[in-house]
Amino acid sequence: MSTLLNVENLGIQFGGLKAVQNVNMYMNRGELIGLIGPNGAGKTTAFNMLTGVYAPTEGTITFNGKQIQGLSPYKVTRGGISRTFQNIRLFKELSVLDNVKVANHSLANHNILTSILRLRKHFNGEEKMEQQSLAFLKIFGLDIYKDELAKNLPYGMQRRLEIARALAAGPKLLLLDEPAAGMNPQETHELMRLIAFIRKEFNLTILLIEHDMQLVMGICERIYVLDHGQLIADGTPAEIRANPKVIEAYLGEEVAD
Amino acid sequence: MKKSKVFWGYAVIALVLYVVVQVLISTGALNLYYQNMLITMCINIMLAVSLHIVIGITGQFSIGHAGFLAVGAYISGIFTMNLGMPFPIAILAGSAVAMLAGLLVGIPTLRLKGDYLAIATLGFAEIIRIIFLNIDYVGGAAGMLVDYQTNWTYAFVGVAITILVISNFTNSRHGRACISIREDEIAADSMGINTTYYKVVAFAIGSFFAGLAGAIYAHNFYFIQPTTFGFLKSFDILIIVVLGGLGSLSGSVIAAIFLTIVSTYLQGFPETRMIIYSLVLILVMLYRPTGLMGTKEMTDLFKFSKKGVTKA
Repeated sequence: MSTLLNVENLGIQFGGLKAVQNVNMYMNRGELIGLIGPNGAGKTTAFNMLTGVYAPTEGTITFNGKQIQGLSPYKVTRGGISRTFQNIRLFKELSVLDNVKVANHSLANHNILTSILRLRKHFNGEEKMEQQSLAFLKIFGLDIYKDELAKNLPYGMQRRLEIARALAAGPKLLLLDEPAAGMNPQETHELMRLIAFIRKEFNLTILLIEHDMQLVMGICERIYVLDHGQLIADGTPAEIRANPKVIEAYLGEEVAD
Repeated sequence: MKKSKVFWGYAVIALVLYVVVQVLISTGALNLYYQNMLITMCINIMLAVSLHIVIGITGQFSIGHAGFLAVGAYISGIFTMNLGMPFPIAILAGSAVAMLAGLLVGIPTLRLKGDYLAIATLGFAEIIRIIFLNIDYVGGAAGMLVDYQTNWTYAFVGVAITILVISNFTNSRHGRACISIREDEIAADSMGINTTYYKVVAFAIGSFFAGLAGAIYAHNFYFIQPTTFGFLKSFDILIIVVLGGLGSLSGSVIAAIFLTIVSTYLQGFPETRMIIYSLVLILVMLYRPTGLMGTKEMTDLFKFSKKGVTKA
């Protein structure tokens, strides 16, 4: 197995606050990794650095053999990393289909003039985007909603659409930021199956932030634990469960009698 | 196949509209007063639609649109009056230079957001106006005399091209990219959209058609003056777009027609004109807070009867 992502000494400082520091992690191709930690531990900040939303103040991110730290988000995405958001960020006034089509942007290459003049290349490109987007919607059971505005979808479906959209951007590495947040146990269970399915189908490597321990322990092969901006543990689910540091971070220190 | 049928449907309607008005004008049934109202209407439509692509589609709140109108007006005036070029070339030159001005203004300012962008664009429009005010070659504060060359044909073709280009742009992967920026810039960026590029492109296209409107405008009033292109003009255009509904092209067109008619008829009541005009605006915004059309298009209205026909 070869390494897809290698993070060394990653850190970011906001003013005097070191939000994340000294994070070292790696991901092999095809792995499904969990990133957990208490609220405010810096998980989403780490995601934002991986996807280019924040430029790290120290350290390097090597993805697919290239250093990508500090690149703008659209370049990172085109390079093969795409993500979902913790607080859903769909294009609310666009239809479900168009949400996916936006992420499919780079699939076609007809330019602006071609579109304005409505040349054949425009129609071919748009058709290709439409077919591909519909295929993604179908996988997520969203094809029946394709003309609905994204804001009108039920909550669970909006979460699914976020994943469909991220997938349409054509990633090698998919970052999921709390995909099961607010879902009931049955929805969570379906989501687990769906994640396992797309991982196989699209040869994805997946990094997952999640608070739902059942989900994380159930599907992740390895887990990294962040607390106060630093990695405090990594290992298989069984190792993590038994790690005293992790238990301390989540439950607090044991009181000495 | 269905999509091109829809297009030809609109093309036929537009052609009929053009021919009918042209016949009415040549037979003298429409006097100069109405002709002028129609041309003003066309100019307002071009301005509104060209601002719609910046504010309604891309969500960049620019209130300096009159600056690009001024560039189009003055450059085309220079081409016809000082250089003796034919009108069509002057129109193209005016639009192209307005587009360049749009690029020049857009590249530094579009990294700003919301209120800051509004103030920056307002400032740039004023700079453009002051530049014309201080160049004697174009008459300075006294203004510039421009031959009357605009007619119904120029105005109508201008509107047709503006609407066609902007609606074609909007209904493509490029337009969707712009709308995604309006909806959520961070998400758009994270989906692989080069947001800076598309903001600048939308701004440049908007400036181009504002310049086109400027060229037609300059050759319709015999006379252009820097004061005409002050920030009040920018607000006039903004009002049309907001009234029509942010994000709706047909809304912009309808609002431009509506407001031109209202303000033309109100010229008979000079004392109360602005009061009534403002009251109309307040009433519309009270009862239709998202504008006349919201984000809907005329084509959406036909969808209910013909299910299965997707938006072109």
